[in-house]
Amino acid sequence: MTALLEVKGLTARFPGPGEGLPIVDGVDFHIDSGEVLALVGESGCGKSMTALSLMRLLPKPGRIASGRVRLGDEEVLSMSVNAMRRVRGHRMAMIFQEPMTSLNPVVRVGKQVMEAIRLHEDVSRSAARLRSLELFSEVGIPDPEARLDAYPHQLSGGLKQRVMIAMALSTRPELLIADEPTTALDVTIQAQIVRLLRDLQRDRGMSILLITHDLGVVNELSDRVAVMYAGRIVETGSRQDIFKRPRHPYTRGLLRSNPALAVPGERLPEIQGVVPSPVEWPQGCRFSTRCSEVFEPCRIDVPQTTNLGEGHRCDCHGVTSSTNSGDGA
Amino acid sequence: MADWVWSNVVVALLLMGTGGVVFYARRSRMWTETFSDLWRRRRFAVLVIGFYVLVALLDSVAWVGGMDQGEDTVARYEAQSILDRLFAGSQERSYSAPFADVEFYGGAPLTHPGAHILGTDLIGRDVLYLSLKGARVALLIGGLTSLLAIPLALLFGISAGYFGGRIDDVVFFVMSTLASMPGLLLLIALIMVLGKSTVAVCFALAITGWVGFCRVVRGETFKLRELEYVSAARALGVSEFGIIVRHILPNLMHLVIITFVLMFSGLVLSEAILSWLGIGVDGSWGQMIDQARNELSRDPIVWWNIVSAGLALFGLILAVNFVGDALRDTLDPRTLRETE
Repeated sequence: MTALLEVKGLTARFPGPGEGLPIVDGVDFHIDSGEVLALVGESGCGKSMTALSLMRLLPKPGRIASGRVRLGDEEVLSMSVNAMRRVRGHRMAMIFQEPMTSLNPVVRVGKQVMEAIRLHEDVSRSAARLRSLELFSEVGIPDPEARLDAYPHQLSGGLKQRVMIAMALSTRPELLIADEPTTALDVTIQAQIVRLLRDLQRDRGMSILLITHDLGVVNELSDRVAVMYAGRIVETGSRQDIFKRPRHPYTRGLLRSNPALAVPGERLPEIQGVVPSPVEWPQGCRFSTRCSEVFEPCRIDVPQTTNLGEGHRCDCHGVTSSTNSGDGA
Repeated sequence: MADWVWSNVVVALLLMGTGGVVFYARRSRMWTETFSDLWRRRRFAVLVIGFYVLVALLDSVAWVGGMDQGEDTVARYEAQSILDRLFAGSQERSYSAPFADVEFYGGAPLTHPGAHILGTDLIGRDVLYLSLKGARVALLIGGLTSLLAIPLALLFGISAGYFGGRIDDVVFFVMSTLASMPGLLLLIALIMVLGKSTVAVCFALAITGWVGFCRVVRGETFKLRELEYVSAARALGVSEFGIIVRHILPNLMHLVIITFVLMFSGLVLSEAILSWLGIGVDGSWGQMIDQARNELSRDPIVWWNIVSAGLALFGLILAVNFVGDALRDTLDPRTLRETE
């Protein structure tokens, strides 16, 4: 299967010492068509910035310093501004974390969806309205006819997120970037939205880049997982690989600290320390300051990617040395 | 072309425009709801404004001739509006109090005893007629100036707030420069340069008046462009222009309406100040008040000039403020009450 999206060495910098702070530092990943890739990591590790870089919507003064982003057979980063605008929403769509503020408060939601449709397709107003109606029922909005004429403030958070999803799907994008789609919603609604995304993905066969720190959502939705720490991807693999055979100490720490797996009555294991801010990222492996298995090379050299087979890759000195010695034996 | 022809053309365009807007607005539920709500809550104020507008229209439709001017040969070739024709021949040769039967201050006997509901002024003109004449001037000053100043403020405010950087620096420099000059002096200087016509006064008022609103728009745009629905629109591939038109501008509309109303009444009032300084517009209420100022010292006191002009001014401004307030309540979804 050919990759729909291929990202190589993507680096995004914000003004800072030297060349600037690499908030996203040499990120590589790919998404096959019809595949859900989850990008997981703690707050501030660069997940959202990676997503915004893909859309070339990095907030100022950030800039994409280097790297390649290929969508289908087009190079996204070298596209003209106008070509990029046609890609956004049309081939790549995005839904945001905050459904509360992601809709224009003074425009009826139906009109906002219709505008999204008419932006990329030359259809009449009534045809667009009909499509919006279909989309509303497709994303499970009850009484869609009446909801088309509602203002955002008349809808609940869950309904607003459904409207956002309808808007993002309106032009049948090949890739949906969902930036923490469930974080701002309460738990019962989260489950509904996750189920909705899964059903839509299956029905339409689209690819999703799911950005989240909720491992439950990852487990439910994703085919493959990329774990990000301090601007770098530290481990990639299939969902089974990551959940059943995690290799990177950070991934293991994340999984251990999942409340769903907690033993009642015992203290929930945690990863010691806090995420270092970009100005104090350590040399070598960036996780070295918090890693329980740290040894000498970790503090000096940036770890190399070790291929563990079947797309399972890990950037860790510990994994590299154990694999090499295993090969040698 | 003569002034009166233009005036007629403008009236025709205005009426056609209003018709068009009404026709279009009838199909939009938001506007029909807004207007029915306004009508329900502020019926009297709407009627008062309607009355002023009607008077102004009656004073704007003008044509030459068709009247018996007697010995007056100059008036024969001057255009006269419907309002002029209604009050034709009501000129006296003396002061008279409201409903007076006898002349005042020993002038000639009254030609129309008891007909001057609000009396006459120093040179014998009917005060009611003058007060009604003022409506057109006031609406012209308020309307034209707002129409000049608000788009100017929106243009500069939105570009400064949205694009930031160099553009923002330039706009802010211009705003600070204008704001650092004493407003009244700048106004006087501009009117000296532009001349004393109504349009020139409107222009001068607009140039000194857009800065405050521009600053508000700039700040609000700064806030709006960071909101998630703007990022969402960008992620959908909406162009910068599309974002400004569809997402920034509609969210500034309530500010535009509030500003329009406050500006409108403020401008009518500042014209009165200009008239007091002797650089106002001919035929305005401000000028009436200015001329009546000295009459207050007469004995018996001549109060009807200033009271009529003042009440006419007060009525318009109060009604406009009431309507603006109600419009803001209805149009701003953040204060939207459940109407259904």
